[in-house]
Amino acid sequence: MFGLKIERAPASLLQRFMIPIIAVAITFILASILILIAGANPLEVFYEILFKPFTKRTSRIEILVQATPLILTGVAVAFAFSAGYYNIGAEGQLYAGALAAALVGPKLAPLPQFMAIIIMLLAGFIAGALWALLPALLKVKLQVDEVVTTLLLNSVILFFISALLNGIWRDPISGWPKSPAIARSAEFPQIMARSRLHFGFIIALLSLLALWWVLKRTRFGLELKAVGLGKEAARFMNIKVAKTMLAAALISGGIAGIAGVSEVAGLHHYLIDGISPGYGYTGIIVATFGSLNALGIAFAGLFLALIDTGSLSASRSLGIPAYLGDVIQATLLLATLVALLLNNYQIRRKDA
Amino acid sequence: MQALVKLENISKYFGSVIANENIHLEIFSGEALALLGENGAGKTTLSKMLFGMYKPSQGAIYINNRAVKLNSPKDAIDHGIGFVSQHFSLVPSLSVAENVVLAKEGGAILDLKKINEQVAATAKKFGLSLKPQAIVSELSVGEQQRVEILKALYRECKLLILDEPTAVLTPQDVRALFKTLKSLQEKGLAIIIITHKLDEVIEISDRVAILRHGKLVSTEITKETNARALANLMVGRDTIAVSRNTDHRVDEQILFAVKDLSLKNKRGLKVLKDISFNIHASEILGIAGVAGNGQTELLRVLNGLQKPDRGEAVLAKQKLSFNDSQHYNNLQIGRIPEDRHKATIADLSVAENLVLEHIEDFSKAGQLSKKAINQYANKLIKDFQIKAKANDKARTLSGGNLQKLILARTLAKEPKLLIVAQPTRGVDVGASEYVHQKLLEQKRNGAAILLISDDLDEVMRLSDRILVIYEGEIMAEFAAEDASREGLGLLMAGNRDAA
Ligand SMILES: Nc1ncnc2c1ncn2[C@@H]1O[C@H](COP(=O)(O)OP(=O)(O)O)[C@@H](O)[C@H]1O
Ligand SMILES: [Mg+2]
Repeated sequence: MFGLKIERAPASLLQRFMIPIIAVAITFILASILILIAGANPLEVFYEILFKPFTKRTSRIEILVQATPLILTGVAVAFAFSAGYYNIGAEGQLYAGALAAALVGPKLAPLPQFMAIIIMLLAGFIAGALWALLPALLKVKLQVDEVVTTLLLNSVILFFISALLNGIWRDPISGWPKSPAIARSAEFPQIMARSRLHFGFIIALLSLLALWWVLKRTRFGLELKAVGLGKEAARFMNIKVAKTMLAAALISGGIAGIAGVSEVAGLHHYLIDGISPGYGYTGIIVATFGSLNALGIAFAGLFLALIDTGSLSASRSLGIPAYLGDVIQATLLLATLVALLLNNYQIRRKDA
Repeated sequence: MQALVKLENISKYFGSVIANENIHLEIFSGEALALLGENGAGKTTLSKMLFGMYKPSQGAIYINNRAVKLNSPKDAIDHGIGFVSQHFSLVPSLSVAENVVLAKEGGAILDLKKINEQVAATAKKFGLSLKPQAIVSELSVGEQQRVEILKALYRECKLLILDEPTAVLTPQDVRALFKTLKSLQEKGLAIIIITHKLDEVIEISDRVAILRHGKLVSTEITKETNARALANLMVGRDTIAVSRNTDHRVDEQILFAVKDLSLKNKRGLKVLKDISFNIHASEILGIAGVAGNGQTELLRVLNGLQKPDRGEAVLAKQKLSFNDSQHYNNLQIGRIPEDRHKATIADLSVAENLVLEHIEDFSKAGQLSKKAINQYANKLIKDFQIKAKANDKARTLSGGNLQKLILARTLAKEPKLLIVAQPTRGVDVGASEYVHQKLLEQKRNGAAILLISDDLDEVMRLSDRILVIYEGEIMAEFAAEDASREGLGLLMAGNRDAA
């Protein structure tokens, strides 16, 4: 009889190296089909998305601006996923951080800049962690599935913020739904002249460093990985599984919160609806595609930022829908997940 | 008479482990054949080959005299074989009827009413009391098992294999099951029932096939044999040439005392019944028993993974706090667990697996000391002859080497009390020998050792004193030199008169 079966068999080193490349290739083949349907030339579109942004200074910098929240949410997700805690709530935690920034920011005028920024970051971290707390507690105390709870809480905070923006915060004169502006001292400084690139990018780089250091160099990081890779065995080896998982969830929420602060303090200087076009979800792609390690996340964050930047300009110049970028990212996630699966499982022909 | 199913010279190897070797066996329609054997004798492996889940390494299977290749459960089902495994494969949220029909392929559209009628008809025909609309998650274990049986019957099986069906059942459910099996037999089905309980064999079977260490040692007509003879066949009368621990000198001092441990499982069944024992310094206390008689639960309690309902354990005047394994390091309790894979992490390195249990010794202010970790790991790898490098993933280790890893991390701490479970399960001969040596060495160094094993040879070989556990209860105690395989075998199978 002929058939296929799936066996657990780790891929070879060469295969591991090839897998992300193949994932990208598959993604672009699938995207080509859509581009053809949209009536454009795939090669032209891919040039526009992948290479054109490098030709101009503003778009080169724009990639870094876009990468900032993606790297931060990617790191946030990686902390949680490493502990086997599937936090799908980075989006909501980001908004919690942004909300905290909008609440605290206007009151920091009397403080010197570095103090104000530290307070902003702390407030964002705490808000993100608090927003992550309930699902985390439900998970470790009652084994309630965190995928569902973290996901559901995303819309809760979105509606809450929407209510604030359209209610008490609505600008009385212009009628704009936006929060009061934060104090000048609380704004992140620009780190490059004549550009939108701000201090948040430095924080994103620091978060990568922190991820690397915690996972590779600290006892907590090792315990985190142990819990993620084998909960039962971790417990046997004296690791406090619930505490570790809770800590991972809160750190994850906190860093996502900082991503929110960074968007408010670095770019907009007040809170508006749609401050994140789904960075929290894209962070999941970044973390997964970056295989949960710092270097991978840096690359994945930049790559997805490139696609974001490029597809926007491609839609302008070639008249294809801007959603193409989202489609490419989502396809990439699926291709990566399949590739990851193939990392550990192989499909073989069943021998008779 | 022509056999319904015939196994010819069947062998199955897992690497170097012999699970089954040269098995010849015939099963006839209308008979109940008991497959008897100690744990690890190869009963499950044999039945999984019949159900197409494993491929024989050698040999042939004939059904109605025709050679068949069973490459998947589907093939087996098509050939009229049904299998009720130890682990049910039911969808809890679906109804009985849906579960039964799910298993049968074909037809995209479900007509619920028709299905319910069909399933009810099948249940009625075979005298199984089950409501087709009942949701599986709301059924008792006994009823769920009935659903599994119904599944097989609905697919018109001619041979029904049940792997240790009574292990999970209450005595009442066992009665009901046996009644069902008898009536199936009368309808002409062949039944293979796997068990290691002698009274059940005597009650239910027409013939008994006895497996020992993967080989078929004998096939007996049940009426012409008795419990004692079967026990002998099961555990082997011949005390194989193992060098037994003959140095039974133990310390006066009682190091570890367990008193009145009791535990109920989730379903409210008593799984530990007032377990009490003492272990002296320099003593190996063996607990013999067939798997599933409370050993796992006793280990969970003693290993600090679960609180008992009642009772206490005291090590050198210190009471154990049962659900705080951190506490175990301080008390110098070493644990070698029943299941290696639940005590090591496959995707972490050998070095990390060696240090995690005592990670506080290898970190300063929260930072790992990589150098100390690697030095320590390399030392243990050398001292305990682990065939691996410090940075290898634990996943790449063979069973024997993984066991050495656990042994290394445990013994390196020179524990006062050592709780050892199934130390050589699935481990090759060389490594087994090594593990035994190390345990005896610990005894000589003054450790109190609790040894829980399904392998009777191992218990007899190492222990100074032996307890027999059956259904969560200590049945008897022997000094090692007074213990015989026959006596232990009968007690392990629940035959109290043997004491
Ligand atoms: N999938 C497997 N891989 C490796 N070894 C196995 C596997 N299944 C069973 N074994 C080994 O084969 C032997 C027989 O096991 P099994 O058939 O489960 O025995 P029983 O059902 O009689 O308790 C044991 O030594 C067991 O460790
Ligand atoms: Mg078995």
